[in-house]
Amino acid sequence: MPHDHSNPLSPSGHPYRKDQDKPLTYWQNMEIAVREILISKGITSTIEIQKTINDMDDRSPANGAKVVAKAWSDPDYKKRLLRNASAASKELGFDIGALKLIALENTNTTHNVIVCTLCSCYPRNLLGLPPDWYKQRSYRSRIVKYPRKVLKEFGLNLPKDISIRVHDSTADMRYIVLPNRPTGTDEFSIEKLESLVTRDSMIGVGLPKSI
Amino acid sequence: MKVRIKNIFPPGHVRTPSYLRGKVGEIERDLGYFRNPEQLAYDLPAKKIKLYRIRFAMSEIWGDEIESSADTVDAEIYEHWIQKD
Repeated sequence: MPHDHSNPLSPSGHPYRKDQDKPLTYWQNMEIAVREILISKGITSTIEIQKTINDMDDRSPANGAKVVAKAWSDPDYKKRLLRNASAASKELGFDIGALKLIALENTNTTHNVIVCTLCSCYPRNLLGLPPDWYKQRSYRSRIVKYPRKVLKEFGLNLPKDISIRVHDSTADMRYIVLPNRPTGTDEFSIEKLESLVTRDSMIGVGLPKSI
Repeated sequence: MKVRIKNIFPPGHVRTPSYLRGKVGEIERDLGYFRNPEQLAYDLPAKKIKLYRIRFAMSEIWGDEIESSADTVDAEIYEHWIQKD
């Protein structure tokens, strides 16, 4: 039989996901209705919507990694980044738009970590879409109270002599952590440095890859 | 400068987290002027008001239930939520 669905497991050994045959929800209908009206009035177009979705999908932590690696290798750029991160990101072609960006420098005595307790504010222009855990209550409500416990769950065990600064993006600012440059990377090219910068190290729940 | 966040609970699109209300913190930096989101969210004329970054000690927010007295929380708070302590 060419099309046998009697086996509940896919070739990779996982159950097939059920088709979503339920009727649309109220808000799904609302979104479609508003979109169709905006298109019929010529306010936007399907091409423009698709372009915006593609632009959003194109943003990734690789953007942020370029900013971090540049700051590691160029002390003047690092100064500019810490003074005005929006302008410094724009220098590398990453426009932050109306929002303001603040870069938070980790040092030997301070570790920074970012959260948005009210919703899910995130530096999307530099890091792309936020991971699911960033939007969940268990992260948002606990990181402001038990940062050390939560960071431990991410595998980051910080000694007591490093103080933790939690940054709650409550309003118009967005944040990116400038992690410490890993030791033994003095001879690294900027591209090689970029490859060490992880998304989690720029949120502050991880460190860059060590060598 | 030390400031206290107002301990009030108005309805609407408020950007002051409730865990910081009534708490005392130190102004970390002045961020400039931004349109008040409490009006902006409802498409009402929104005045530009000052926004500050305020740093709070963990013990000020959570009392004895803290992991380290050196740890802090920074948040952005609009001027009309702040009073001199």
